[in-house]
Amino acid sequence: MASDTTTLAAPHHHPESLHEQFDTLEQQKDVAQFGMWIFLVTEIMFFGGLFGAYLIYRNLYYPAFVAGSNSISIVLGTINTAVLICSSLTMAMAVHSAAIGARKLLIFFLTATLLLGLVFLGIKGVEYHDKWVEHHVPGANFHFVDPERPGEAPVPADVASQTSIYFSLYFLMTGMHALHMCIGVGILLALIWKAYRGAFPPHHYTMIENFGLYWHFVDIIWIFLFPLLYLISRTPQMH
Amino acid sequence: MATTHGGHIVAPRIYVLIWAILIVFTGLTAWASFGDFGIFNPIIALLIAFTKASLVILFFMHVKYSPRMIALVIGCGLFFLSILMVLTTSDYITRHWVG
Amino acid sequence: MSTATISPAALEMPRDTYLNASYGVKSWFLTKDHKRIAIMYLVSITSFFLYGGLMAIMMRLELLTPQPDLFQSDVYNKLFSMHGITMVFFFLVPSIPAVLGNFVLPMMIGARDLAFPKVNLASWYIFMIGACFTFSAYISGGVDTGWTFYTPLSTGYLNTHVVAAALGVMIAGFASIFTGLNFIVTTHRMRAPGMTWFRLPLFVWSMYAVSVVQVLATPVLAITLILVAVERAFHIGIFNPALGGDPVLFQHMFWFYSHPAVYIMILPGFGVISEIIPCFSRKRIFGYSAVAFSSMAIGVFGFLVWAHHMFVAGISTYSALVFSLLTFIIAIPSAIKVFNWTATMYKGSIHFDTPMLYALGFIGLFTIGGLTGLFLAAIGVDMHVTATYFVVAHFHYVMVGGMLLAYLAGLHFWWPKITGKMYPEAAAKLAALITFIGFNLTFFPQFVLGYMGMPRRYHSYPPEYQVLNVLSSAGASVLAVGLLMPMFYMLWSLKYGEVAGKNPYRATGLEWTTDSPPPAHNFHETPVVTQEAYDYESLLQEEVEVG
Repeated sequence: MASDTTTLAAPHHHPESLHEQFDTLEQQKDVAQFGMWIFLVTEIMFFGGLFGAYLIYRNLYYPAFVAGSNSISIVLGTINTAVLICSSLTMAMAVHSAAIGARKLLIFFLTATLLLGLVFLGIKGVEYHDKWVEHHVPGANFHFVDPERPGEAPVPADVASQTSIYFSLYFLMTGMHALHMCIGVGILLALIWKAYRGAFPPHHYTMIENFGLYWHFVDIIWIFLFPLLYLISRTPQMH
Repeated sequence: MATTHGGHIVAPRIYVLIWAILIVFTGLTAWASFGDFGIFNPIIALLIAFTKASLVILFFMHVKYSPRMIALVIGCGLFFLSILMVLTTSDYITRHWVG
Repeated sequence: MSTATISPAALEMPRDTYLNASYGVKSWFLTKDHKRIAIMYLVSITSFFLYGGLMAIMMRLELLTPQPDLFQSDVYNKLFSMHGITMVFFFLVPSIPAVLGNFVLPMMIGARDLAFPKVNLASWYIFMIGACFTFSAYISGGVDTGWTFYTPLSTGYLNTHVVAAALGVMIAGFASIFTGLNFIVTTHRMRAPGMTWFRLPLFVWSMYAVSVVQVLATPVLAITLILVAVERAFHIGIFNPALGGDPVLFQHMFWFYSHPAVYIMILPGFGVISEIIPCFSRKRIFGYSAVAFSSMAIGVFGFLVWAHHMFVAGISTYSALVFSLLTFIIAIPSAIKVFNWTATMYKGSIHFDTPMLYALGFIGLFTIGGLTGLFLAAIGVDMHVTATYFVVAHFHYVMVGGMLLAYLAGLHFWWPKITGKMYPEAAAKLAALITFIGFNLTFFPQFVLGYMGMPRRYHSYPPEYQVLNVLSSAGASVLAVGLLMPMFYMLWSLKYGEVAGKNPYRATGLEWTTDSPPPAHNFHETPVVTQEAYDYESLLQEEVEVG
């Protein structure tokens, strides 16, 4: 049979952190990063389904969406957006610290990211509680009464019932986002522990970098959720 | 510096600059929602959101310093997401067209 | 009768293989070896296939008579639902990628393993966990939504275990995502020196295309099923018209995945056929680039046609026209493949070994299935035959006549590589023939039934449809025999089969240069590739010189 291959001897040098299927640490690192990005693309499609549903229903029930959006706190939403942006800064600084081998700084920035993430979740909890108390949770004694704003007509009954679609999407989208934040917080705890044990030297901090990608992605989801859910026409006069 | 990173370590001041821009844009988008720009309200909001997202992707996620393949992967994801949204929306928009 | 096999002088099984590298339950259930994971998938999906087949047998028994005499209607609804869910999500979608792809892909590119072996193992566990959820729904009363889970029936009007079944499918979807992710990264980054993109076997190209589709489409199914589960559990109204929701939105989101899903199911089959035809025609594939690019084109275009499942659902006429046009266009890359396979065989030296028999069956049956898809793409025809047995026949021609035959072809082709043994050729040829006959007898009458107006998913029908239904059920029993035979003789071959040797079919491809079964790390030394794929001409040259 024609020999369509010649052979090379398998490489002998295998540093401890190099897995068997790879030839070099460089290949291993590139592969891990590539894999992480593909995973993030699946997350884009996953959240994208929700954004698609949102797009359809916002066009169908615009007045209801305006009413719903006006009933959630823009102050808390803006603060939360700022909190996440700060956490992205601290996460980027954590990756930087790992790259330059500054272990204590790495732990500091990872912990800061964790705390900011917890602040975000805490504020979200407050918002959810408010919605619960106001009977704006679909499926659980849902009853939308638009808080009257001076100079505006009250919301008609059919619009009021359509706001349940808005609130369903509100809870689904922010809930799915919060779930991803919780998973991120859990992983951060593990990473802080491992960083404390010295698991991320400058030549092998891929896990920190890849987690950073995840964390920034979750931030980006919120960057879109904020205007879409909180900022649907807050002009004083309603259409 | 013994690192298997693409070689590029981004300076912290770049991160702080991007952070500042993001905070400013956040305030801007919140403020703009109170103004009456008619049909442009959602457009402004989305433009700001896309700008913020791009900054996070390019700088915090290092895509500016990464191989082209990564940008292609992201592009593919966004392309197919846009197919989902555009073709679904086009059904709803054309439902009541006549003739 | 000529075959491509060499008469072995006394071939022996290799001493160190992936099968005897380590022993014990832990060495299998905690393995990182892609070959062992492939075997675990093989056992799992075969079991699920048997369950789905059992559902089908019960349905065909009921349909022997016009009266609903075996099952009540809600039980019958459960039968076709469980048949569909099991066959689509727990057999067809994983079949070639998770079994043959997992086993053969790293070897074809000259790698020691996939890029993420632990993710590969996790993928099997996730698949099994999903199966547990769904099968628990089956055991505790079954699910009767149809495999399509249409709302608001599934979210508001049934009291069967929809949530468990839907969550199981969603979880199994993640297994498919992880496999796809693994294959993409592996193909990009783990190729042996000299293995350029255009020297890759076409099986790898089709695995790559499938993986891209899996990674992009499956997450949308995941979120859609989560919405169904949440809506059912919390009584919100995303898809429920009574609460302001739109059921057609569910269909858009569901079919956005489920149409590409059918390409996820068939593209790997195309890849297998592209390996088998050149080997058993002893000829280079005709139009390598065309076949490679058509795989990618099918993957991409597959995302643009989903609403052809919704022509009568209430979508706008203009939208329907666009989707109809796009559906016609997507037939083109598939046709290109069929032409190229045929051209490969022209003036080749055809050997009718079992894999080739299945491959030839595939080409004929897939063509029929694909052409009837074109009938369905025409809105005017679809109006009449949608939700009838015409559609059922169409998708069984492509899924069973196409995909299942390709899976069997690939399983027979690579069986010697996987096990080191040859299956008994005579029994295998007989099984292939029986399957082919049984298949056509089962499903061809269904085209006529559908055209005559018999609706699908009904357990009773007017008496004038009985003759064709009886033919179909008779065919099903023949088909069952043909499909069960390989299970027996392949198990038999493990102990009593002839030792295969490295390359019993004298095929090209890196996987055939290593032992059968391969060593744990696939190759004793990393191969370096210097020649194009499918270089059968040089092999032919050698055979002429030697003989």
